[in-house]
Amino acid sequence: MGLRNIIGKRLGLGLVRRRKPFSTATCDGDGNGNGNAKSINLYSAINQALHIALETDNRAFVFGEDVSFGGVFRCTTGLSDRFGKARVFNTPLCEQGIVGFGIGLAAMGNRAIAEIQFADYIYPAFDQIVNEAAKFRYRSGNQFNCGVSNKFPGLTIRAPYGAVGHGGHYHSQSPEAFFCHVPGIKVVIPRSPRQAKGLLLSCIRDPNPVVFFEPKWLYRLAVEEVPEHDYMLPLSEAEVIRQGSDITLVGWGAQLSVMEQACNEAEKDGISCELIDLKTLLPWDKETVEASVRKTGRVLISHEAPVTGGFGAEISASIVERCFLRLEAPVARVCGLDTPFPLVFEPFYMPTKNKILDAIKATVNY
Amino acid sequence: MAFYSKIPRNIINNLKSKVGLWSLMKQSHGTCSYSSCLNTIHLHRFLPLTTLPQFTNPDSISHKKGHFPHFQRFQSTTTEKQIDSVPNGEQSQVLDFPGGKVVFSPEMRFLSESPSVYSQCYRVLDDNGQLISHSNFVTVSEEVAVKMYSNMVTLQTLDTIFYEAQRQGRISFYVTSIGEEAINIASAAALTSDDIVFPQYREPGVLLWRGFTLQEFANQCFGNKADYGKGRQMPIHYGSNKLNYFTVASTIATQIPHAVGAAYSLKMDKKDACAVTYFGDGGTSEGDFHAAMNFAAVTESPVIFICRNNGWAISTPTSDQFRSDGIAVRGQAYGVRSIRVDGNDALAMYSAVHSARHMAVNEHRPILIEAVTYRVGHHSTSDDSTKYRPANEIEWWRMARDPVTRFRKWIEINGWWGSEAESQLRSSIRSQIAERAEKPPVNDLFTDVYDNIPSNLREQEKLLKETINRHPKDYPADVPI
Repeated sequence: MGLRNIIGKRLGLGLVRRRKPFSTATCDGDGNGNGNAKSINLYSAINQALHIALETDNRAFVFGEDVSFGGVFRCTTGLSDRFGKARVFNTPLCEQGIVGFGIGLAAMGNRAIAEIQFADYIYPAFDQIVNEAAKFRYRSGNQFNCGVSNKFPGLTIRAPYGAVGHGGHYHSQSPEAFFCHVPGIKVVIPRSPRQAKGLLLSCIRDPNPVVFFEPKWLYRLAVEEVPEHDYMLPLSEAEVIRQGSDITLVGWGAQLSVMEQACNEAEKDGISCELIDLKTLLPWDKETVEASVRKTGRVLISHEAPVTGGFGAEISASIVERCFLRLEAPVARVCGLDTPFPLVFEPFYMPTKNKILDAIKATVNY
Repeated sequence: MAFYSKIPRNIINNLKSKVGLWSLMKQSHGTCSYSSCLNTIHLHRFLPLTTLPQFTNPDSISHKKGHFPHFQRFQSTTTEKQIDSVPNGEQSQVLDFPGGKVVFSPEMRFLSESPSVYSQCYRVLDDNGQLISHSNFVTVSEEVAVKMYSNMVTLQTLDTIFYEAQRQGRISFYVTSIGEEAINIASAAALTSDDIVFPQYREPGVLLWRGFTLQEFANQCFGNKADYGKGRQMPIHYGSNKLNYFTVASTIATQIPHAVGAAYSLKMDKKDACAVTYFGDGGTSEGDFHAAMNFAAVTESPVIFICRNNGWAISTPTSDQFRSDGIAVRGQAYGVRSIRVDGNDALAMYSAVHSARHMAVNEHRPILIEAVTYRVGHHSTSDDSTKYRPANEIEWWRMARDPVTRFRKWIEINGWWGSEAESQLRSSIRSQIAERAEKPPVNDLFTDVYDNIPSNLREQEKLLKETINRHPKDYPADVPI
């Protein structure tokens, strides 16, 4: 496979934890080793995807606040110079305008790639996403969509999400659950640079409106070998990234590496953990998770977002519906607390490796 | 106490010597060169414009380029005028801040919250359908004028048919456009079929002009299987990709930024087309309106914003909606050229939209048109507007200010219409529309949520069909399973 390990660090209150490498249990097709691969971080991988998206379709546009100089996270570096200010441009500071404008652009057959600077600021655009983008195709009887006009293009909304160690209320949120409740859009969250590039290209080329949350904490700190060519990873397909037999863990994005650490420690206690990256939260791959739970009989879901009403609740309810008699223990959720995301208290709020480990043991010993 | 002075009066006083008296009636700031041409033309007697004056010369564009120093490519004439107009004796240094060029003054002056005169309203026909002298308008051929009139009458008829249908319980809901026929038809007539329309919900006349048939309207209202929208939305939520009319949604003002994105696309494709979006006075309070206006100006998109200021947002009068002098004044706040038009004057509407389109497409700029009118009908069939406004006010507007009658008078004066033509028209509008058609199949509940049906929806469809089999009486008989 030729994959380099992913390295990352989480900075808590003076704690520095070394991240362990991901092991990919399955081949993921085009993402693997064809041609040249370079070790790059997440924002570079995303940048590569955007370069490829714009070079392969001259009707692709990238726009949002501060994208022209390269973006506050450097994901849009070089795009404006290479593709021009008509295709890569700053917008006024107005999320509802960014998404509304993007919908109009997409509805005319263009690939509109909108950036929301932080997922914490996506809410002004919520109406446009829920009432407009998500329903554009359905309400028109498929005469219009964004989506497709007669070709493929569509609307992709990218936003950095998740804890970053010092982000507080408004630079740390994980709002994915709000969007998972909206029929008509897709919600995709990558766990690593190689995943991000392939998934983002799939999102951009998907004929439905997609919200793509990028784990900002991994922008610099996750480094992986990423093929330089154009490749896509499938949406709505979960990936078993670690095989196991005692318990199934389900997660997405940055949280997976925390879960992976918990799995490694649990292994020392003889617990064999299977770890699934959901990748697409809406529509989500129930079949893969269900198959795993049928094997293990136990499931634990972990996400940074607050536990109440979080997407873990949907997964839990679905699994209980489908696998009730197979379950050996209640479905466990190790999630953020039901509070606004705190600054000083971040280490207490977060679903840490040890919280997960404790829950794994409690579930296995139920 | 703050020294308070109205800038417009100051500027007016200073400009008085430079421009004719006519300019006093205009907004003092940034009169665009097109209207400046009208300025000079008015001195002659009635002179219909058969060709539009040149206003694409950037040097003659007098909007506020000077306030945006990073726009290097245009010479600004307005800023210099402003500096000239600063009263003598004051320091007139100009300094460049990143946020804009500023002219300093030691005198503390607040900009007034309102202009010293109401923004003028462009009209060409008086209430009796007579052409106003010294008026300027874009000429309309007999064929187009007659078509406009016929469409206005058809729109009235359409409204009557469907309003009655709702009252009789045959459709669940309807929204009339009574009183706004001129806005609907005249604006549609001034556009081309390539112009992309983003409606609110009181503009079926635009669809009608473009060829949507009574039966197609009916299909959507009855939600039958021929409805392009596949029965998913309430009545009046029409859409036609063939006619470049985006599907109506109940949400207010959400379509406005869509129009800007679409216009940007047209510009990128170098199409001879613009985007047009309609909304009411209420819609201008929504954030999406402000977002869109700002985006349109910054992206230099060829979009026409048409506001139907009909005085009411359901029961909310404009005095509860905003305190600006209407909508057109807001254009300047965003850097958007604007005009206020008598929305009940079909000829003025036509001219304004025609000119706006030319500017939008050729200069890559947004234009804001405020069409003042009156909502003669209730907000919808769910509303009884006599609860919040006097019945005699409604009647007066219906009878004395009817835009259709007014335009009819004009075409009769021109010898293009008569009573025989009138009765022929009225009898030819078919009121036979098929309503008892089948509804779309229940399968259409699940399609088009995404491009393909995902597994969760296939599963839900399967479960639903089982439920329907068990409890058929719970479900309407006219929806095929």
